[in-house]
Amino acid sequence: MLTTSLYFIVFGSAMGGRMMEVGGVSYGAFIVPGLVMLSILTESVSNASFGIYMPRWAGTIYELLSAPVSAIEAVAGYVGAAATKSLVIGLVTLATARLFVDYEIQHPLWALAFLVLTCVSFCLLGFLIGVLADSFERLQIVPVMVIMPLTFLGGTFYSLSMLPEFWQKVILFNPIVYLISGFRWSFYGVADVDVGISIAAIIGFLVVCFLAVWWIFKTGYRLKN
Amino acid sequence: MQPIISIRNVSKTYKGGFTALKSVDLEINRGEIFALLGPNGAGKTTLISIICGIVNPSGGEIIADGHNILTEQRLARKKIGLVPQELHTDAFERVIDTVRFSRGLFGFPRDEAKIEEILRKLSLWEKRNEKIMALSGGMKRRVMIAKALAHEPKILFLDEPSAGVDVELRRDMWEMVRALRESGVTIILTTHYIEEAEEMADRVGVISKGELVLVDEKNSLMKKLGKKQLTLDLQTPLAAIPAGLGDYALELADEGRKLIYSFDTQADDTGIAMLLRRLNEQGVDFKDLNTEQSSLEDIFVSLVSARP
Repeated sequence: MLTTSLYFIVFGSAMGGRMMEVGGVSYGAFIVPGLVMLSILTESVSNASFGIYMPRWAGTIYELLSAPVSAIEAVAGYVGAAATKSLVIGLVTLATARLFVDYEIQHPLWALAFLVLTCVSFCLLGFLIGVLADSFERLQIVPVMVIMPLTFLGGTFYSLSMLPEFWQKVILFNPIVYLISGFRWSFYGVADVDVGISIAAIIGFLVVCFLAVWWIFKTGYRLKN
Repeated sequence: MQPIISIRNVSKTYKGGFTALKSVDLEINRGEIFALLGPNGAGKTTLISIICGIVNPSGGEIIADGHNILTEQRLARKKIGLVPQELHTDAFERVIDTVRFSRGLFGFPRDEAKIEEILRKLSLWEKRNEKIMALSGGMKRRVMIAKALAHEPKILFLDEPSAGVDVELRRDMWEMVRALRESGVTIILTTHYIEEAEEMADRVGVISKGELVLVDEKNSLMKKLGKKQLTLDLQTPLAAIPAGLGDYALELADEGRKLIYSFDTQADDTGIAMLLRRLNEQGVDFKDLNTEQSSLEDIFVSLVSARP
């Protein structure tokens, strides 16, 4: 909450008032969806990866592996807990933003759907990282070295149309662009990429992560040896 | 009686190519205490881990209380409790919470009376509200046992239960294991402490280099393989065994001050009377004598060291 407040104080209130509107939306309001995404993406990956890495590191994973619990139930437990926490953080971030800037949500159900899908899919990614990591340092590599830069470069603080033409094409390889664009569309009805593509991208990402996690539990890869 | 655990042709080769188990066959009887002995790296923990679902087998089949551990995982695992060798605990959890969690994880409804009974039995009731990190090593071991018992298993695996435990606690634990057996729980323990197996086990299995070398009743094993030794403290040290005693299994020890005779307790004639007469004839005097039976440890060492 403190980090989010600082972002809104600096970019929303202090600088935002001196900046132009983006797509007919004040700059302070424009960055709200991106900042919510920034917070839930990093939290989802960190929470879920830490959640499974800790029992692996401490050895308490033996109890889960020897319990009468199916792979689906185990994933639902770990990912569900992390995703719930991320969702709450996302909602708290939204509420905090309201203290600093006015914004509206044109499509609240779509906004909620984007939030839930993003939380679940990135918690699945975090779970994968927690299973693959073999040290606390490596656990932090993806959130800090991948998620954070991609989110900053994925349109959190700007519209893709502000970039030179060449970079507008390059940035489309950044998957976070589709999340932020779709989520921002649910707020203001404006998007950098087609909202259908955004939805397809997040669902595709979720399916890939789910299959990978399911395979890990099915085979016991890095868990049962 | 139908065995509670049937292990058929179970093998395990790890990714790096190390073969931890080679086609192991074993049956554990209902209600017994079975001790699995073996040196480090023999495959004891791998075998236990496979039965409990922590490690995937490379081949073979295991039936636990009538359920295949791979195809009827849920039913089989409900019957099994595991106390691992290492003290894996949630350091920041309270004792009572972690035991409640274990019961819930195995699909059993909340039962405060049962949790209290388990904690009292393990002398943990007074510590129930303490965080695990604040407990001693011995107490943490008790918590691990309480967690394993929380879902009232029919089969309990104790992997090196006495590792790092003081003598008093070890004795308490043995009492607890016996009490569990009395209540109908089948107990399989691995141990380095032969004394532990000798004290508690009904049957003993010896595993070495991934193979079960031997499985037998403890008492029968000790009768079959246990040697008895007669030790004579000589009046005058001998430089060599007298020529006239060459047909006896004799050896000298303690720089010729002791003469040791090994004999078979099961034989019709142990040969002791004749040996003593022959010693007298040879003029070999002794000031004291005593006999001792080889321990399970001696048997274990001879079995394992005899393997190529």
